[in-house]
Amino acid sequence: MSTIRVLVGTKKGAFILTADGTRKNWEVNGPLFGGWEMYHLKASPVDPDRIYASQTSGWFGQIIQRSDDGGKTWNPPGTKPEDLMGPDGMPKGKSNEFAYEGETGTHLFFDGSQKPWEFKRIWHIEPSHTDPDTAYAGAEDAAIFKTTDGGKTWKELSGLRQAKGHLWQPGAGGMGLHTILLDPTNPNRIYIAISAAGAFRTDDGGATWKPINRGLKSQYELPDPDADVGHCVHRIAHHPSRPDVLFMQKHWNVLRTDNAGDQWTQVSGNLPSDFGFPIDVHAHEPETIYVVPITSDSLHYPPDGKLRVYRSKTGGNEWEPLTKGLPQKDCYVNVLRDAMATDSLDPCGVYFGTTGGQVYCSPDGGDTWTSIADHLPGVLSVEVQTLS
Amino acid sequence: MIRVVLPFHLRNLARVESEVLLEVPPPITIAAVLDTLEARFPVLRGTIRDHGTLKRRPFIRFFACKEDFSNEPVETRLPEAVINGSEPFLVVGAMAGG
Repeated sequence: MSTIRVLVGTKKGAFILTADGTRKNWEVNGPLFGGWEMYHLKASPVDPDRIYASQTSGWFGQIIQRSDDGGKTWNPPGTKPEDLMGPDGMPKGKSNEFAYEGETGTHLFFDGSQKPWEFKRIWHIEPSHTDPDTAYAGAEDAAIFKTTDGGKTWKELSGLRQAKGHLWQPGAGGMGLHTILLDPTNPNRIYIAISAAGAFRTDDGGATWKPINRGLKSQYELPDPDADVGHCVHRIAHHPSRPDVLFMQKHWNVLRTDNAGDQWTQVSGNLPSDFGFPIDVHAHEPETIYVVPITSDSLHYPPDGKLRVYRSKTGGNEWEPLTKGLPQKDCYVNVLRDAMATDSLDPCGVYFGTTGGQVYCSPDGGDTWTSIADHLPGVLSVEVQTLS
Repeated sequence: MIRVVLPFHLRNLARVESEVLLEVPPPITIAAVLDTLEARFPVLRGTIRDHGTLKRRPFIRFFACKEDFSNEPVETRLPEAVINGSEPFLVVGAMAGG
């Protein structure tokens, strides 16, 4: 029997939810790192017991935590006794040092001025498909960092900021690099997305990057709706069997590309609102995708107080509401961009967490839903591990 | 020995339960105490002052002997009561309001 482990990051700590493959009875463990904002936790695909976590605080800054036993114990990487002192006798303590490379440069700010890049926090950690010691971290202010030593040290892939970084500007939630997609068939290809900057791709392992925003239209957000950069991309997702096919939930609009981002096409179709944050893909059906429509950019809650996931089995345009088990009145929560995930069982399980602290599971691809945790702090991220 | 009191979250990070006792080489300044603290607990690097610049993080405060040392130069020598261990040096998370 398989085991499902759900890693939940919240505004006040992390929680680990486990169940067997029936996904009926859930055990909730936590809070881990109580009181801290846990932006994201994600496990290595090649070593499921290795989990990376981003722990942040407005007071105390950024901490990276790592578990090597499936979440039972945690340490900031590099703080074991043998790691503590460098050859010069100085403490290392580098796992939370995210230093921008070279000339920091500036980005556009709300008032039209240029502002220097300033590190604030890690939004997302994406472990490598092949090496448990390698992972990528998405930062606010937007940048991507890479570790090859299990998180003890991080180095910026600074070529990203050369992709018109001076024109990026923070959205209301900050200029965060929130999505990192690794191409499982091509280790040199990585996709990332940044709030209020757009989507970008590297084909040389992160040395150089280019904007991939053609087809995005932001008529209410940008003076030039077709600008090369500046679009507020909320999330992108792909299926590992077709890494060149990407799906995007933008500030407004749901889009897809079939050529690795060279051209995007709107697929909002019959959605009641095409504003939202998360988007994800079914584990076994690459054309089945999920979004959670939110009323508008001004009203960050579901239309009509009804929490509905929308599923398209046609890769967009034709959408159906999924409501069984979800609150259909008086519900005014949001689902944030990193708070939806799928397991790889058959039938595929779909999971999401809300700003109201609920975590929902559908063990049947979205047909029916059950709350598996009801009263957590506001959920920032959800990741799922399918363990044999 | 210098007594240092850390806020709740930093005590958890450092895995200490109460005051930290540090042997700080003279002159005993704010910087000397922080250098010694971070050498003993590398996990605290970056949580009290920034990497690189070593500037105090905005929402961290330093108190001792009912005085606020947060904005004093880090070369400031700490009061005799801290140096002789009768008073602690407090690292405090600033009030958040609300």
